[in-house]
Amino acid sequence: MILRRYRAVVLIGLSAFLLPWCAGPASAREPEPTEAPKVELVLDVSGSMKAADLDGRTRISVAQQAFNDVVDALPEQTELGIRVLGATYSGSDKATGCKDTQQLLPVGRVDRGRAKDAIAGLKPTGFTPVGLALRGAAQDLGTGNTTRRIVLITDGEDTCAPPDPCQVARELAAQGTHLVVDTLGLSPDDKVRQQLTCIANATGGSYFAARNGAQLTERIKQLVKRAGDTYTKAPTQVAGTDRCETAPTLSQGVYNDREKFSEHRYYKVPVPAGQELRASVSVTLDRPVRKDFGVLVRATTADGRELVRGTDAGSGRTDVLSAGVRWSTESDDDKPTSVCLVVSNSLAPQAGVDEATGMPVELVVGTADLSPTPASPGLGRGLLFILLLTLVGFGTGLVAGWLFRWRLSLRRVA
Amino acid sequence: MRRLLRVLGVTGLVLMAFPLMVEPAAADSAVNTAGTSFLTAAPIDTAKPVSVAASTGDYLYWSFDATAGQTNTVSVAVTLPPQADRHGAQVWAVDVFDGLRRRQSCTAGAQAPVAAPADATVRMECTLREVRSWAEPWSGDPLPGLYYVRVSASELPEQDQGLPVKVDLKLASTDSGDPAPEGGDLRAPLAPPDRPGAVQSPAPNPTASPAPDEDDDLVSFDWWPGATSRWTWTVVGAVLAAVAGVLGYTLARRRRL
Repeated sequence: MILRRYRAVVLIGLSAFLLPWCAGPASAREPEPTEAPKVELVLDVSGSMKAADLDGRTRISVAQQAFNDVVDALPEQTELGIRVLGATYSGSDKATGCKDTQQLLPVGRVDRGRAKDAIAGLKPTGFTPVGLALRGAAQDLGTGNTTRRIVLITDGEDTCAPPDPCQVARELAAQGTHLVVDTLGLSPDDKVRQQLTCIANATGGSYFAARNGAQLTERIKQLVKRAGDTYTKAPTQVAGTDRCETAPTLSQGVYNDREKFSEHRYYKVPVPAGQELRASVSVTLDRPVRKDFGVLVRATTADGRELVRGTDAGSGRTDVLSAGVRWSTESDDDKPTSVCLVVSNSLAPQAGVDEATGMPVELVVGTADLSPTPASPGLGRGLLFILLLTLVGFGTGLVAGWLFRWRLSLRRVA
Repeated sequence: MRRLLRVLGVTGLVLMAFPLMVEPAAADSAVNTAGTSFLTAAPIDTAKPVSVAASTGDYLYWSFDATAGQTNTVSVAVTLPPQADRHGAQVWAVDVFDGLRRRQSCTAGAQAPVAAPADATVRMECTLREVRSWAEPWSGDPLPGLYYVRVSASELPEQDQGLPVKVDLKLASTDSGDPAPEGGDLRAPLAPPDRPGAVQSPAPNPTASPAPDEDDDLVSFDWWPGATSRWTWTVVGAVLAAVAGVLGYTLARRRRL
C-alpha cells in the first residue's frame, strides 16, 4: 500500500519535473490560428502576355497551366481568390484601360471546376494597372488577425502610374493589415524586375523570375504552401512616443510600429519584482538605404538612467536589423520597475527615397522568471584542484607521520 | 534533486536521439520549408536535413532549440543559378541569432563566402559558442532556448535577383555532457512570445503585479551547488587526498623504524 502510494508520488513527481522540460519552448510557439490562411493570386492578362517566349509557349498559357496545377494541389484549409488585370478592355483609351481589374474568383474555399473554367477563359487583352490591382486584392482579402498573401504574376511594368505600384505596396503595408506581396516576373526585363523587387521589399515579400512553366508552378505552390505554414496572428499595432512619460505600456507579446529615419521611439514595460525583462527589436529595411546602418535598443529607467543596450549594425544587403536586451534586478523591492525601451536607428536614405513614412519595426516584449546570479559554488573542479588536494593530503600525512615518530622518540628518551 | 533529474532526462534524450543522428536521414524526412521572417521561421532539428527551393533574393529563416552544454554547427550548401544568368560575384551569408534576436558569433567556419561567377555551389558553415547555463543579463553569451538561422545573399548584383537556387542546410550538435560547469541556470529558456501583445491602459494597476515566488520566503538554498560535475571532482579529490595522506603518514612513520 505504502509502496504503491510512493510509486504514484514518484510518477507524479517525475512527470511534473519532466513535462515542462519536454514541452520546451517549441510548444510555446505553436500558433493558434483563428482564421484560415488567405491567398489571392493576381494575374496580369495584358496584351504582352501573348508573347511566346517561355520554352516556346505563350506566357498566358504557361500561367494558366501553373494556376490549374496550383488549384489541384491546394491545401484543404487554404482560402484562395483570383484577381486579373487587363483582361477585358481591348481598346486604346488609357483612362478606361487603367481601371481594368476584376476579381475572377472571390476569396474562399475553392470549387476546383469553377476555378479552372474561369482560368481557361482568360484572353490577353489590355493594359497593366498593377497598383490598382494591388489595392483591389487587399480589399478582397479583407482585414483580420492573420497574415494574408498576395501573389502577383506579371510580365510587364505598370503602364498606368499613378498610382505607382511600389507606393501602393508601401501604403498597404503601412495600414497595418499585415499583407505580404510575393511577386513573380515572367519577362527578363530590368524595369519589371526593379518594380517587382520594390513591391516585394516594401511588404516583406519575395521576388522570383520564372523562366519556364515548371519553375512558375513550383514557386506558386511554394508560396501558397508558405501561406498555410507560416501565417500567424498578426502583431498588435502600437505607436511609440518621443518621451518616456507618454509612452504606451506594453505587456507580453509582439507589436508592430513604424519608425522614420533618425527617430527615437519610446515604449514602457512594467517588470514585476522577481522577473527579468526580455525584449527584441527588428527594423525592416523596406527601401534602399545608404551603405552602413545600425539599430539600437536601450532600456532605461523612467529618469533616463541606462540599464542595458542592444545593438546591431551592418553594411550589406539585409531584410531586417535586430537587437535584443535582457535586464533584471535582484533588489528586495517588491514593486514592479517601470522600464522604458528606446528604439533608434542610424539609417540614412538613399537619394530620392521616401522619408515621410516610417520603416516597419517589430517589437517582441516578454518577462520571465529572474535567474539569480549563482552563489560561489563551494565545490572545486579540475585537475589542478585534485592535484592540490592530493599534495596537501600527502604533506599533511608526512607531517603527521613525523609528529608521531617524534613523539615516539620523546617517549623512548623519557 | 530537480537538476539531477534534468541531467538524467537530458542524458536519456541524448541517448535516444543518438541512433537518429548517425543514421543517414531518409529523403522523405527532410524539411522542405523555410520561413521568411523571425516570426515565421521554420523549426528544424539535428535529425532532419533541410532542402528547399528558393530564389537568390530570398531571406530564409529557420529556428532550432538548444540546451546548455551544446555546441551547434550549421552547414549550408547553396546550388547557384546557371552561370549564363549571373552577372558577377555573390556573397552568401549564414547568420545566427539567439531567442532575443541578438547576433551570435561563429567560432569556426566560412560564414560569408564569396561565390565567384564560375562557381556552381557555395558552402557556408558556422560553429556557435557552447551554450551556457547562465549568463549576466547584459552579456551576449549564448543561452538555452530558441536560435534563429538566416541564409541570404548579402551582396548580389541587382540583375541577379529572383533566380532559382536550392538551399541545403544541416544542423549538427555536440554535447559537452557538463551543462552547468559554472553553476547557475536560466529559469526560463529564451523562448520569445509569438502572440500579439496588448497595450495596457496608461496608468497600470500597481496591484496587478504577481506576488514574488513563495519558496524564496523560507530557507534559501542558493548556496547549494546542485548536481554539477564539481561534486565528482571534489569527491575524487578528497579520496585522493586521503589516500595520499595515509601514504605520506606511513612513509614518514616507518622510516628508520
